[in-house]
Amino acid sequence: MSIEVRNIVKKFGDFAALDHVDLTVPHGELMALLGPSGSGKTTLLRIIAGLDWPDSGEVAFDGENALSRAPGERSVGFVFQHYALFRHMTVFENVAFGLRVQPRSVRKDEATIRARVKELLDLVQLDWLSSRYPSQLSGGQRQRIALARALAIEPRVLLLDEPFGALDAKVRKELRTWLRSLHEEINVTSIFVTHDQEEALEVANSVVVMDKGRIEQIGTPTDVYDNPQTAFVHGFIGESIVLPVEVDDGRVRLGDTPLNIAAERGNMGPSKLFVRRHDMQISPPGWGGLEGTVRRVRTFGPIQRADIAVSGNRGETIIEIDVPRDRELRDGEVVGLQPRRYRIFADPA
Amino acid sequence: MKGGSGRRRTLPGFGLTMGLTLTWLSIIILLPLAGLFLKSFELSLAQFVDIVTSRRTLNALKISFGLAFLAALVNLVMGGIIVWALVRYRFPGRRIFDAIVDVPFALPTAVAGIALTTLFAQNGWLGAPLAELGIKVSFTPLGIFVAMVFIGIPFVVRTVQPVLIDLDPEIEEAAASLGANRWQTVSRVILPSLLPALLTGFALAFARAVGEYGSVIFIAGNLPNVSEIAPLLIVIRLSEFRYADATAIAVVMLLVAFLVIFAVNRMQRWAQLRVPAH
Repeated sequence: MSIEVRNIVKKFGDFAALDHVDLTVPHGELMALLGPSGSGKTTLLRIIAGLDWPDSGEVAFDGENALSRAPGERSVGFVFQHYALFRHMTVFENVAFGLRVQPRSVRKDEATIRARVKELLDLVQLDWLSSRYPSQLSGGQRQRIALARALAIEPRVLLLDEPFGALDAKVRKELRTWLRSLHEEINVTSIFVTHDQEEALEVANSVVVMDKGRIEQIGTPTDVYDNPQTAFVHGFIGESIVLPVEVDDGRVRLGDTPLNIAAERGNMGPSKLFVRRHDMQISPPGWGGLEGTVRRVRTFGPIQRADIAVSGNRGETIIEIDVPRDRELRDGEVVGLQPRRYRIFADPA
Repeated sequence: MKGGSGRRRTLPGFGLTMGLTLTWLSIIILLPLAGLFLKSFELSLAQFVDIVTSRRTLNALKISFGLAFLAALVNLVMGGIIVWALVRYRFPGRRIFDAIVDVPFALPTAVAGIALTTLFAQNGWLGAPLAELGIKVSFTPLGIFVAMVFIGIPFVVRTVQPVLIDLDPEIEEAAASLGANRWQTVSRVILPSLLPALLTGFALAFARAVGEYGSVIFIAGNLPNVSEIAPLLIVIRLSEFRYADATAIAVVMLLVAFLVIFAVNRMQRWAQLRVPAH
């Protein structure tokens, strides 16, 4: 099922959790909503699920208005960060819940329900836990049961709110891979919320980067990493070196020093120069204006990492770059810096 | 668990606290109860049975336990609703209402009894309109019931409150998104989760109502066989210097109360087994 979100606004008091958000999720997509806390990603997910209502805007499932429908009528499977399992029910009854509360007219008979629950427990590979209580399971097991419970109602869309947020690193990695393969198997349109960029880039087909209630960029994982459209995306995804610069008629200056690089789109005024850490090369001083003083060098296995002080008119900025071991650096040495790839975004602030 | 000697423990003080606990409980609770039983042995079995099965005693016991049970039931339902509103909704004056719940704890029972009697007397604020409907509260068994409801309400509210606060609202959202309607969410998800706490609150409210004396005797009218509660009958026997009679009634009350608490405890364990501790 496809989902269209049109011009959604949601305010909590004066705080705009969602500020005119538009989003289209094609059928079968596995999409990540990525952003820092407070960016509105969970609010957007809850509005799609029907657990929250927007102040204005529309949500449509396959072209049909969804906002007029209660959460239970939307055919949405929702997985909570803290599982929200029913602790007084066994694993089996948790998974069966959605089938047992169906209106009598469509409710399946007991044998069908049992067969279906068994099938789902097999799908999440936890059949052997069916008579346990949630409190007897590990975090990863609970989350898989929560997923099986959400899938029991044969949802047309699966929504996951920070599904791995409460798990430890190892289990989180396992579940990520597992979620990907599960999605390939059942191919239900899925959206998950995360603040972990690695998780978003690794699991999703498409990533929606959000900040302050707005969508900053939508694209494939490669796209948002390689071609960030805004300063926020560049800073949020991957590690970036950021230098305050002035752009004047296509020429870039750092403080009073003109830099031998071109501004892409003729940005004017105060801007920020973004370079990925691995895209910054050490060159002999005097190359093109960008120079710095080595402050501290540390070695990690095959690479060394150097703190380099670059001075501009907004004071000194310390940047951290990775340098191959064969290039010897001394404290206090003045080096030239040459960005292989870079982006410049206006910074009116 | 083995305490004291031998193994080293991270938490010291087992011997001291355990000793104090046993001594204290013996002096405060067990010794008076033992004295009560001993006193009742002054009666022969036939005398004992005679006293306990006399019409007046039986009626007093029936009134005490029957009305206490009904009052606890009402408190279970109303207390459940009150605690839900106090915990789940934010409204002006919520803290004041929350504090009001404790009034029956703190108020001297005689004061409560007099206040309720005045309120429900035939010329009282509530008694007058009720009298027009033909309902008499003060000086009837109904008055006893009202007093018992009054003193029992905080027990249910205060027992269930922390459990409900702990209950994650997300489980309701989960139920809703799985297609449960409001009634199914309440009956299949919320109530079962609260059941152990509700049962405890019920038991405490019941026990308190059975033993209540101060507020009840003002409003009850205290007619033998009609509105005379067992604790009052004990006091009457004492004032007649019939100490053995008084203890016999007390022993019966004690046994019944013990049975009820035991039964509720079993139910609680059963309910808790279905919600294993985290």
